[in-house]
Amino acid sequence: MILLNLLAAPVGLMFWTSLAFIIVLVLLKKLAWKPILNTLAERNEFIDKSLKSAEEATAQMSQLKSDNEKLLAEARVEREKMLKEARETKESIIAEAKKTASAEGERLVSNARAEIEKEKAKAMSDIKSQVAALSIDIAEKVLRSELSNKDKQAEIVEEHMKQSQLS
Amino acid sequence: MFQTFENKRLTKVNGMTKIMFSVLILAITSLQALADHPVATENHGEVHEAEADHHGDNSHDEKFNAGEMIMHHIADAHQIHWMTFNEGEEGEWHLAANLPIILWGDNGLEIFGSGKFYHGEEIHLEKGHGYAYEDKYIMVDEVIYNAEGGLKYDEAGAIMNSAPIDFSITKTVVGLLLTTLIVLLILISVGKAYKKRGHKVAPSGLQSLMEPLIVFVEEQIIVPSIGSRAKAAKFTPFLLTVFFFIWVANLLGLMSFLGGYNVMGSISVTLVLALAVMIITNVNGNKNYWKHILWPDGVPAVIKILILVPIEVIQIVLKPAVLMIRLTANITAGHIIILAFTALIFIFGETSAVAGWGVGIGSVVFMVFMFFIELLVAFLQAYVFTLLASLYFGSAVEEAHH
Repeated sequence: MILLNLLAAPVGLMFWTSLAFIIVLVLLKKLAWKPILNTLAERNEFIDKSLKSAEEATAQMSQLKSDNEKLLAEARVEREKMLKEARETKESIIAEAKKTASAEGERLVSNARAEIEKEKAKAMSDIKSQVAALSIDIAEKVLRSELSNKDKQAEIVEEHMKQSQLS
Repeated sequence: MFQTFENKRLTKVNGMTKIMFSVLILAITSLQALADHPVATENHGEVHEAEADHHGDNSHDEKFNAGEMIMHHIADAHQIHWMTFNEGEEGEWHLAANLPIILWGDNGLEIFGSGKFYHGEEIHLEKGHGYAYEDKYIMVDEVIYNAEGGLKYDEAGAIMNSAPIDFSITKTVVGLLLTTLIVLLILISVGKAYKKRGHKVAPSGLQSLMEPLIVFVEEQIIVPSIGSRAKAAKFTPFLLTVFFFIWVANLLGLMSFLGGYNVMGSISVTLVLALAVMIITNVNGNKNYWKHILWPDGVPAVIKILILVPIEVIQIVLKPAVLMIRLTANITAGHIIILAFTALIFIFGETSAVAGWGVGIGSVVFMVFMFFIELLVAFLQAYVFTLLASLYFGSAVEEAHH
């Protein structure tokens, strides 16, 4: 029966199947599966490695970024400090200058005052001596005119006498 | 840029339509090719007038036999038969290729064309179709016997004649060779592409078509079944080859216009594959595997000796046998269903032409549906065979875990 033909396993067909399959297996193993599987494995490895290195790069980047921020913050603090110091220095310089200036002024003023006093005294003594000379001159002239008349002389003497007695 | 992009898209769309179109053509042609039912009309080429007449008369009397037609199509043959023209009329001829017959018998090695049978003397038998090649060989239903002066039967009706070993290039062997050729052409070119492009260049063309399949088989079937990539490495080439070999053979079998190669539906073919699986499993079986079979843990000794060990030992053979039968049965069953729908048309067509046409339309719809199911089955059976083979290999190399 033809069905038996189907279910029977003819040796010839088994032989050809074995031959065909072994040829396919050997050729594919060498020419197909080896390069394909190797390449796929290499690609997987490559992708894994790339991903890992990308991750590392990202980590490094964030590390760098945080470092930068820290540096920036430090710089900011430094700047603040420097500015503050500068301000203080400025203020102290100004204060110093002010103090020196006022002291100098005072000294100048007192010097001037002393000079003025000195000049004043000198001028006074000058004026005094001139006034004295002038007075003497006037007194001489008065005396000369007064003493030219006898009555007058007697009157003066009288007067002086009275005054002397009184004292 | 835009132009090329547009072109690319166009070719892509063209490719898709081409595939769809081919599938359609495939489905339709398969029906056409199946439609010629060779009911005892195996005379060929320069048929003798008298014989043709005789034959014509004969086939008018003969009823359409669905079972015979189906078996004829799924069975192996020594020729590839595409079409019969002017069937049952004068000038009947067959579009067929006669394949070489190679016999190893009492006369040593003999090689001749199968035309010697098909164009030779037809023997009319009660059951089956017989051809004689001179007085050397008789071929009954594609099985070649030594002539020994005539056919002898035993009480059960089986032929008693001795037979030479038949190494002929039969239809199935041609299918096998085609499968071999296709698998080699595709995968070697893909292998070359990998070698050329290396791992830093994206795959393209055929390579990118095959890559997901190869990766699927390796990473979804082989590695999880065997356990680890390191353990699987030894078996991967065999399993990948088995997968593509079975799948391509199955697809080839569906393209019945090529001649209807029922490669994986032949038990000899699957037997060889199953044998290979059995040998590889047991050769690679480690201590744990054999201990599991011969002295399993945690069971009383009596049960072990009387029940478990015999079962396990039988399983060494049974597991591959199941693989073999599953594959053959599934592929054959699919072919039988499609052929049965074809047969329906002719069964109804014999009562009336209208009924034939009516049933024909329904049958065609079902056949197209079945064809798509078969496309799935073609892949599925390759998948199942590879999966189970991987599982067996996995059990052979599994380490003991307590």
